[in-house]
Amino acid sequence: MNDRLLQVEDLHVEIATSGGVVHAVDGISIELNEGEALGLVGESGCGKSTALRAILGLLPEGARISAGQVLFEGRDITARGRPRASRRVARSAPISMIFQEPMAALNPVMRVGVQIAEAVKHHERCTTTEAHERSIELLRRVGIPEPERRSRGFPHELSGGMRQRVVIAIALACRPRLLLCDEPTTALDVTIQDQVLALLRELQLEQGFAVLYVSHDLAVVSTVCDSLAVMYGGRIVETGSIPQAFRRPKHPYTAGLLDAIPDFDHVGVLSAIPGAPPSLISPPLGCRFQPRCRYAQQDCVSGEFPLIPVREGGSTACIHSEVVQTSWVS
Amino acid sequence: MIVPEEPVSTSVLLETRDLAVTFPIARSGRERFGRQPALAVHAVDGVDLVLTRGQALGLVGESGCGKSTLAFCLAGLIAPTGGELLLDGKRLEPTRTAIDQRRIQIVFQDPYSSLNPRLTVGQCLAELLRVHHLVSRGEVRGRCEELMKLVDLPVDALAVHPRKMSGGQRQRVAIARALAVEPDVLIADEPVSALDVSVQATILELLDSLRRELDLAILFISHNMAVVRHLCEQVAVMYLGRIIEQSSAENLFTDPRHPYTQGLIAAVPRLTRKRSQRIALTGDLPSPIHLPQGCRFHPRCPLCQPVCRSIDPPATTGRVVASDSLVPHSVACHFAWSPRPTSP
Amino acid sequence: MNGGLKSDRRELVLDFGTTSGEQRRRFNRTLVAGVCVFGTMVVLSIFAPWVTNGAPIRQDLLNPLVGLSAAHPLGTDQLGRDIWARVVYGGRTDLHIACLAVLLPFILGTTLGCLAGYFGGWVDFVVMRLVEVVVAFPFYVLVIALVFVLGPGTRSIYIAITVVGWVSYARIVRGEVLVVKRQEYVLAARSGGLNRRRIIVRHVLPNVITQAIVFAMSDVVLDILVIVTLGYLGLGVPPPTPDWGQMISDGQAYITTNPSLSIIPGIAVMITGFGLSLIGDGLADVLRPE
Repeated sequence: MNDRLLQVEDLHVEIATSGGVVHAVDGISIELNEGEALGLVGESGCGKSTALRAILGLLPEGARISAGQVLFEGRDITARGRPRASRRVARSAPISMIFQEPMAALNPVMRVGVQIAEAVKHHERCTTTEAHERSIELLRRVGIPEPERRSRGFPHELSGGMRQRVVIAIALACRPRLLLCDEPTTALDVTIQDQVLALLRELQLEQGFAVLYVSHDLAVVSTVCDSLAVMYGGRIVETGSIPQAFRRPKHPYTAGLLDAIPDFDHVGVLSAIPGAPPSLISPPLGCRFQPRCRYAQQDCVSGEFPLIPVREGGSTACIHSEVVQTSWVS
Repeated sequence: MIVPEEPVSTSVLLETRDLAVTFPIARSGRERFGRQPALAVHAVDGVDLVLTRGQALGLVGESGCGKSTLAFCLAGLIAPTGGELLLDGKRLEPTRTAIDQRRIQIVFQDPYSSLNPRLTVGQCLAELLRVHHLVSRGEVRGRCEELMKLVDLPVDALAVHPRKMSGGQRQRVAIARALAVEPDVLIADEPVSALDVSVQATILELLDSLRRELDLAILFISHNMAVVRHLCEQVAVMYLGRIIEQSSAENLFTDPRHPYTQGLIAAVPRLTRKRSQRIALTGDLPSPIHLPQGCRFHPRCPLCQPVCRSIDPPATTGRVVASDSLVPHSVACHFAWSPRPTSP
Repeated sequence: MNGGLKSDRRELVLDFGTTSGEQRRRFNRTLVAGVCVFGTMVVLSIFAPWVTNGAPIRQDLLNPLVGLSAAHPLGTDQLGRDIWARVVYGGRTDLHIACLAVLLPFILGTTLGCLAGYFGGWVDFVVMRLVEVVVAFPFYVLVIALVFVLGPGTRSIYIAITVVGWVSYARIVRGEVLVVKRQEYVLAARSGGLNRRRIIVRHVLPNVITQAIVFAMSDVVLDILVIVTLGYLGLGVPPPTPDWGQMISDGQAYITTNPSLSIIPGIAVMITGFGLSLIGDGLADVLRPE
């Protein structure tokens, strides 16, 4: 029996724009087990947010899944060709998502408690009173003081960190088995981010849901997740456990990121990655990172570069992964 | 060829003494007619800062601490409502002369809104050069090219509109614009926060090399402590309009003495962080409208004592031994230098 | 730098050329269609003496209400005047007035709105109160009243439309200025020591004017209707100068027997309005910031 909770197979997402068709996600495959936390990292434009939205059927107008499938508990939740049906199927599955801007995720004219109760009622059969009680319980669980009073209030009365906690409470309403996170702490201050990340870790340990965490921040991802998938140019270029990926990155882009990020504890040498990300309308032939890669060789300029599993675990799309080095010291 | 005006020295360039910026809030009828005291936002509430030539001072703090207001005030965009601003020892009036205005320049956070979309890069720079008569008419083009080289942009970028440039390139243009008027002080308000990680390092390096080449004083504002640690020699931590701790970067990050600084450092996510670690600081960021009584940090302070609730601690400066020299370290906490009483 | 920086300063020179998407945008179909339609009307009215018989006022009482014929492509009216010529020359009159009439409120409204938005304070207060006074009156009522008081004629039309029409521009521009003046590039201009006049003219105005321009396109339509309405009420251009509104009004008496007398100038108004609307929509798309 297949016990994989989430299986994304060769997902392709295309977005029609006035400049042409953008291959935002160009064949990615992800596997997530129960209770596992996977970080999907990459910079702006790499397709990570689009991939996340595709999983839940939340793609905007003009974007569609052009190939591949998403299996949750063995069931295909993309159901391409029947877009409305797929949305129903995906959104009734116990998958929740939290976003970057809490104010955008909350209805400003609806009381906080009502928004949570609405989510509860959508997923469980219960009376309004029961939903209300559960919403107060959820507010308490996410660490909001005076939950009864706060549930009668409105989102604008709450600070950014509190709002994000409310968003998490709504996400918990369906008792999710998978939580998708799209940079939920990027807009928060450092001490508040710390609190929200601690809350997420705590909830994950307690309730055992799997987490797919999208971020550009390697440090944040390393506090929440066990394993990592690095995205570049619409594709995944490296996967592996986090300690392994940081100590011995197997793709030059991962190494480049590690070298570019100032880590607080190690005041070391910083180096940037020259150049710019590739166009996803007409991606370059060969390895997409090759124009910016310091280890590039003749055979990187053409051909296909699928992810290849590596002996010590994980995988990489780089055919010269042995020479990749990082100056970051753990 | 840009030549620094004086050799590298430790002369104090810009100094603030008890600087304050208070914004009154639109008053209700009751307040307007005297019954209720008017509310105000104490964005900057008594700040003492010193910027010296050739030195980078990092200013860290979270939302609402007033660091951007302070930056705008230093750059002449907001008039201070209290305290003094001294440039080369001379007091700066709220309406500055053109020459004084040129000496302090600012680079903003958002590269996408800090450049006029209707002007090409060249037009933007040339305007500044002409208005301040910095070069003769014939030399404008040459000087613009020099500025491009200074920020590592190709000369053809002069003919380009900002919308065709990436975030990193726009930020370089913003730096070139600030440098066009030959300032002595450069305020960088979160200059890399909106950029991709892979690009950040080049902008940071650019700022650092410009600081050395042009002997600039840089005030580097950021919420990202790791970046500040890499770039700055001096660091000041701001909370609710006050500087609550200030010292050399090395000293402050290895031996923070204010509980807020300690919390802030503990909250920074690290690449090697172990999971399920204790939360650094509880509580929300306070509002700068209703300042707490006593020490403004006491509601969130895990080490709060009775005296903290009633008396606002002034900044006290000690001299600390750090790498074989005495380094000043100023902290606004009752227990910065003495142990806390064991019982609350 | 406390750490060190080893970086490859090799910056890949990026291609700053226009993308194909942008070129496509410049030739927006709506805009092109609108320009064709409106442009046709304009060209016809400019070349009126050449495309018509050149005699819109010449009466031919022996040949009234003649139908379509070689000499008179659209027939003649009750006084034997060639309708085609009257329509084209009427277009000349109406378009000419409308285009000028839209310029004055545009300039006045944009200026006041910009100053009100940028300076705030009592400038804003005064301008906004003036706006409120004008807006308190229904548009047509005020225009007609003013023309009536000032006496019919083109000068009164210009004055009336300006006095009433500037408020829309002022409000639009003021709203845009309130947003733009807080943009960081305006702050940068202030920090760079540029004086207020230069900031307003070079940095604020070019970034707020597009909305006003788009509005001006629909305003021309409105002004044409105003002129036509005034003409219909006998308050427009004094006869015998041909004018669409006057033509519609004159044709009223013959609406059952020769409806074309009124309908033809009506269609001319419609086509002009349609062309201008397309231009307005197309411009809105083209000028929208990316």
